[in-house]
Amino acid sequence: MVKDLTQMKAGEKGRVIDIQGGWGLLRKMDALGIKRETEIVKVSSQLMRGPVIIKVGNTQVAIGFGMARRILVVAEKGREK
Amino acid sequence: MIGNPNVGKSVVFSRLTGVNVISSNYPGTTVEYTKGYLRVGNEKLEVIDVPGTYSLEPSSRAEEIALEILEDSITRQNGIVVNIVDATNLERNLNLTLQLLKRNIPVIVALNFWDETKHLGISIEAGELESILGVPVVTTCAVSGEGIKELVDRLREARAMAYYYPEEQRWHEIGKIIDRVQKVSHHHHTFLERLADVSIRPSTGIPIALGVVYATFKLIKFIGEGVSGRVFQPVFERFWAPLMMKFSYILGSRGIIHDILVGKILEGKIDFGQSFGILTTGLFVPLAAVLPYVFAFYLVLGFLEDSGYLPRLGVLSDKMMHQVGLHGLGIISMMLGLGCNVPGALATRIMETKRERFISATLMAIAVPCMAQIAMIVGLVGRYGTKALTLVFGTLFLVWLTIGVLLNRLLKGESPEIFVEIPPYRIPYFGALAKKLWMRVRGFLKEAVPFVLLGVFIVNVLYSLRIIDFLGKLTGPVVTSLFGLPSGAVAALLVGFLRKDVAVGMLVPLGLSLKQLVIASVVLAMYFPCAATFAILVKELGIRDMIKSATIMVISTLLVGGALNLIL
Repeated sequence: MVKDLTQMKAGEKGRVIDIQGGWGLLRKMDALGIKRETEIVKVSSQLMRGPVIIKVGNTQVAIGFGMARRILVVAEKGREK
Repeated sequence: MIGNPNVGKSVVFSRLTGVNVISSNYPGTTVEYTKGYLRVGNEKLEVIDVPGTYSLEPSSRAEEIALEILEDSITRQNGIVVNIVDATNLERNLNLTLQLLKRNIPVIVALNFWDETKHLGISIEAGELESILGVPVVTTCAVSGEGIKELVDRLREARAMAYYYPEEQRWHEIGKIIDRVQKVSHHHHTFLERLADVSIRPSTGIPIALGVVYATFKLIKFIGEGVSGRVFQPVFERFWAPLMMKFSYILGSRGIIHDILVGKILEGKIDFGQSFGILTTGLFVPLAAVLPYVFAFYLVLGFLEDSGYLPRLGVLSDKMMHQVGLHGLGIISMMLGLGCNVPGALATRIMETKRERFISATLMAIAVPCMAQIAMIVGLVGRYGTKALTLVFGTLFLVWLTIGVLLNRLLKGESPEIFVEIPPYRIPYFGALAKKLWMRVRGFLKEAVPFVLLGVFIVNVLYSLRIIDFLGKLTGPVVTSLFGLPSGAVAALLVGFLRKDVAVGMLVPLGLSLKQLVIASVVLAMYFPCAATFAILVKELGIRDMIKSATIMVISTLLVGGALNLIL
């Protein structure tokens, strides 16, 4: 099931399939190792459209809500259900 | 030395050169470069510590600085790159390593945090990595010093290795390397990892954050008050005062030299708050009144920095910071500004856009008083209880919020969203904490105390030449009518350009009412930054933006000071 980072639940795993943004956003994400095919785990999200926290490799990254909405993933748990 | 943010470059740098630089556990501690020297045999090598960067394409002012140094030292001076790599995040760190190698410059790689890989179930074949990359790979643990000697011994082996890969295949290439050198086995979540989860989840994280902030202020007040009231003030009263009385007698109890050095003798006694001599009030203010608070603040800040809590506080306050046109990390420069506005202003370099840098520098300069000033305000206004202090700091917070919201609405453009790596929690290393605290306290003693003495000297000159009376008449309409302060308060505003703590101290002999004290404290905090901060702000913002920023300061001071005079 395809969803964006904000729609994932805490603890859910996923694989990035698309980052909908311009070159600047892609570059920024790329620098921290977030690109197509990256496996991520959602850690938590802050209230009221606050930042989303995900785990990439061994790093936790906080991503603003607007940016998080443009990162699409295939959720692994979602598929099982 | 080049590497991702928060991989311990500054710690390695201190180990190599013996030059102490501030290091912490959050990305973006280093915002400027520091040079130091390393002796190898008979040779003296220059080592440069630079801000961390994720890639060779900069996205903030701090990253630009790092890349300028890289260009300069490699292309023009035949330097080598010591690429510090976080071994617990090899994949992401290799991204920069490969970019460096592709540039065909001499590189040596240090796998730092080597000790932590074991706890995390990560095993890396350093020898295998070395043969793949073709450049030396050394394992280090900078905080304990392990591996530093090997790093030094092998610096000479650093070489350029044109590691070629098609650009769009970079991550694929990294993946291949990782598959060959790294094995990750399952590990049980450590206590620190569980704590990390709990402190970032809103339901538990927000109460924890409030608790941490509350405890921080309580602790600073407790230590500051304790050390000041129980140790330094008694020492001054019991030992220094009698000595100064003798000195006063020797000087003949009067005259201009006497007044400058010892100050006024009030009712046959020296009053460290009011005498205003260089050797009395001039020493008492920085050492007995301010230093204990500066010490306490940096002690607590050190823990927050080195544990890795600050960026989490940033994420949790992201929503609030967006109201003032910043994102969560803006809170870091505000926190540093509470210690001293100078490092606070420098910390704005981790922001991506000019707009954010302008907003955060302006907000900090107007509404974030430094610890020296806070200590003096607490000493002066605190006598009237917590309510009076709440009035001062509550007003400043409202000013911060209001100006921030206005700037966010009025300034063109939008501020970017937060996008930051959150470091793992680490148990602060006692030696590193103590060293950092000492560096900061020494910095205060060396840089602040001379200015305090100069400030007290100038106060005396101004008074004895009757310049104050003249200025008092000149500025009467604003100071007296608008703010409701006695005309003598203009002297404090004047000295405030130099040192705000001295300026607050100058209010003591004026015998102000509570209302006047509150107004004076707020006005002194807001109207203009001190000389040291001003110089940094001009450099960081440029002269035009600084004029804009200063105009905002002056206008808002007039409005807020006037309003307080009407309301209170």
